[in-house]
Amino acid sequence: MRRHLLSAADLGRDAAVRVLDVAEQMALTQRREIKKLPTLRGRTVVNLFFEDSTRTRTSFEAAAKRLSADVINFSAKGSSVSKGESLKDTALTLQAMGADAVVVRHPASGAPHRLAHAGWTSGAVVNAGDGTHEHPTQALLDAYTVRRHLRPGPGGAGVGEDLTGVHVTIVGDVLHSRVARSNVLLLHTLGARVTLVAPPTLLPVGVETWPCAVSHDLDDALRSGAPDAVMMLRVQAERMTTDGGGFFPSAREYSRRYGLDRRRAALLPEHALVMHPGPMNRGLEISADAADSTRSTIVEQVGNGVAVRMAVLYLLLAGETPDGRTPGGDS
Amino acid sequence: MTAARRVLLEGADVQRALTRIAHELLEANKGAADLVLLGIPRRGVPLAHRLAARIADVEGAEVPVGSLDVTMYRDDLRHHPTRTLLPTELPAGGVDGKVAVLVDDVLYSGRTVRAALDALNDLGRPRAVRLAVLVDRGHRELPIRADHVGRNLPTSSAERVGVLLSETDGRDAVEISTPGAAGQGGAR
Amino acid sequence: MSTTLVTGARLLGGEVADLLLRDGEIAEVGTGLTAPAGADVLDASGLVALPGLVDLHTHLREPGREDAETVASGTRAAAAGGYTAVFAMANTFPVADTAGVVEQVQRLGEEAGWAQVRPVGAVTTGLAGRQLAELGAMADSAAAVRVFSDDGHCVSDAVLMRRALEYVRAFDGVVAQHAQEPRLTEGAQMNEGAVSSVLGLRGWPSVAEEAIIARDVLLADHVGSRLHVCHLSTAGSVEIVRWAKARGVQVTAEVTPHHLLLTDELVRGYDPVYKVNPPLRTQADVEAVREGLADGTIDVVATDHAPHPVEAKDCEWAAAAMGMTGLETALSVVQHTMVDTGLLTWADLADRMSAAPARIGRLAGQGQPLAVGSAANLVLVDPAARWTVEPEAMATAGRNSPFRGTELPGRVVATFLRGRATVRDGRPVDREARHDTRHDTRHDTEGSRS
Repeated sequence: MRRHLLSAADLGRDAAVRVLDVAEQMALTQRREIKKLPTLRGRTVVNLFFEDSTRTRTSFEAAAKRLSADVINFSAKGSSVSKGESLKDTALTLQAMGADAVVVRHPASGAPHRLAHAGWTSGAVVNAGDGTHEHPTQALLDAYTVRRHLRPGPGGAGVGEDLTGVHVTIVGDVLHSRVARSNVLLLHTLGARVTLVAPPTLLPVGVETWPCAVSHDLDDALRSGAPDAVMMLRVQAERMTTDGGGFFPSAREYSRRYGLDRRRAALLPEHALVMHPGPMNRGLEISADAADSTRSTIVEQVGNGVAVRMAVLYLLLAGETPDGRTPGGDS
Repeated sequence: MTAARRVLLEGADVQRALTRIAHELLEANKGAADLVLLGIPRRGVPLAHRLAARIADVEGAEVPVGSLDVTMYRDDLRHHPTRTLLPTELPAGGVDGKVAVLVDDVLYSGRTVRAALDALNDLGRPRAVRLAVLVDRGHRELPIRADHVGRNLPTSSAERVGVLLSETDGRDAVEISTPGAAGQGGAR
Repeated sequence: MSTTLVTGARLLGGEVADLLLRDGEIAEVGTGLTAPAGADVLDASGLVALPGLVDLHTHLREPGREDAETVASGTRAAAAGGYTAVFAMANTFPVADTAGVVEQVQRLGEEAGWAQVRPVGAVTTGLAGRQLAELGAMADSAAAVRVFSDDGHCVSDAVLMRRALEYVRAFDGVVAQHAQEPRLTEGAQMNEGAVSSVLGLRGWPSVAEEAIIARDVLLADHVGSRLHVCHLSTAGSVEIVRWAKARGVQVTAEVTPHHLLLTDELVRGYDPVYKVNPPLRTQADVEAVREGLADGTIDVVATDHAPHPVEAKDCEWAAAAMGMTGLETALSVVQHTMVDTGLLTWADLADRMSAAPARIGRLAGQGQPLAVGSAANLVLVDPAARWTVEPEAMATAGRNSPFRGTELPGRVVATFLRGRATVRDGRPVDREARHDTRHDTRHDTEGSRS
């Protein structure tokens, strides 16, 4: 891994497999009675959240604490940030606090890039979701979940393996989804085949340059595509209004054409997984039976998030430090 | 720059050293009861399995073998590129109340063993912990000593000691080289 | 008045000649001219002489945003870039939508003395797009406004645009349209395409520019008025203007230096120095605008010089201001992209960067041939020099040059405004150091040739 994790594209095939492998070891430690490891003692991880996301922040916080790092939660709400302080000044403050890593969630696409490259802070930057750009640790935990289920292999849990030959279908609001962008990149890097299914209004212009197939017909994608995993994306109901962009006529029509209900779940192959990055809109993009079925990994994804984030923090922070640092040099 | 590499132990020497350690372990423990062998990856793990096989030959007793990765407990992580994590697998019976024998290829600064003691501490509470190593090359930085040593090798800290095992390297040998020579196997 | 003999310059990159500048005019052109007593002599061998450049699209920020630029600093930058006249856009605070504001800007330009400043008047009051500003009052004012623009905002209402086009005919004005369909570009951050799809930045589609240009050329045709298209940036826009010109529509168009060189690939690092409106487009668009400029479809290179204070760019992309500085890099970028590539001759460049903008803006005394009797507005360029762009070393108060660290060809050695050097030896000449410190900015704007 490089110095920062800003995009799933920062990871080559070997580096991505390595994160998943380390995550597997981390997951094993989390089944012990004593879950805390001394690995990052003395390191400081700042969770810098400019958007509310209790799930992601808690997951990173647990990961950092399990590795004995000191954790500072810096939330924009009620702080100087909401009073107009710039990202730069916030970063300078964190730098003064001696942050070794900054985990950042920001509504502006590219904010983590600026944090990493504008010279405001020397810490490692982890993108915890930026605007409609990327959410690389979500993609890593999704890939980890897929690998555990579909690549059990001789070593168990697919250690050392990529996702060659796996077919993942991602359904929903791709246009506004950072999860979709990171997943397309990472799954492709790992050798999986990806199909996006969405109404044309919810796909970005330029999607044809992405390393994936595109369909507008969910029934056909499930029937003839026979995906090994189907990942449902959250659709915000306000997108249908004129002010919200008018991307589709009504929630009912969306759900009818692109929702995963019991009938559509039955079209999936026996072994196929049903995934969702959360939070779900039950009844809109996914029905209760599909979300709660035995093939659903939705709850497991949350747990895997901690192990994957431990792996990312370990790979970014455990190695040599700022001066002449080469953390996570591929080996 | 290619420095000389000398072979200090041949395959047969390695075998003899392990056989002796196995006997010492049984003698010190008064038999195989409660023994658990924990190899420290990478080369401590095959060594632990070999010791278990020898104990089985001598005593006819199956000694449980596990692996104990100490990476996440090391105190020198910041001084090296990030290390790859290797499996920690405890035998089914765990270590509580047992005599845990840490097995490694080379004992040098003692920092790996310190990390192993910390790691073990998070996994359970053995009745006693012993240390068995194939080679002790000196230069301790911590108050740690081995209970069972295959061979003491006085070395210069500029030299590198490489342990080769058939399981990981295709043959058994212990070699010594000076920097610049192509390091091979578990050079320390 | 000062007298200067410029010797051995290549006029428009062609024949070598001496130029005698006297009393603010070009007094003699020829070889082997002798310097009159007391004349300053400038050896221009190896240098290209061009008429002083005219920028049809500059943001001087004053009044209101003196933290970003002032008329003095902006026109000093203009002189350093080889310009002798700039058209100052109306989006100041207050907006240049009254005779009072345009006269103030005009006067500030005269006081600074670096370049002739021609205010652009707002089309609509407060740039709000609802009601025509007092266009006639601005035209009749001392500033004699002839170019009207809501630049930064599109006059998107078709009826309002039609009225503006019709109304300015009375005083031979021109409406310069910032072509951007507002609904299609709500929240837009960069060119819509492959790169925006990956970066997750909201797209500014080409069609939002092209749809307005298409509508406006049809309107201009219908009412028989002049239309000028600001900073055209897409291949489709070039096609539409080419079509309209073939049809006889009185349309002119400009392209910025940055759209001649840079593409949206630069946005990948999210550095807001590349955030500009209209956005950087694709390589295909770059090639199309170069071709359009070469074949005359695009009449003018205009800088859209848009200085911003540091904090407006030292932030995340979405929060950053749009715009780039350009006055001091324009000539070099055009040499690099158009002259050194063989697409334009130096004479063509003089047309696109001096004669054509002066003609469109009805600015007499600028953009004239290098001939006896012309105003002595000229620039001497060393085309063989190469330099590396360093925004901190520039005359503009803005540090937001997208060319930071780029090596470019061509260096302005001297700029003459009515015979006086505003730049000498590549450095701006402060007013106290000039031979003549009289306020001498005459109003040679009333001539209305086309």
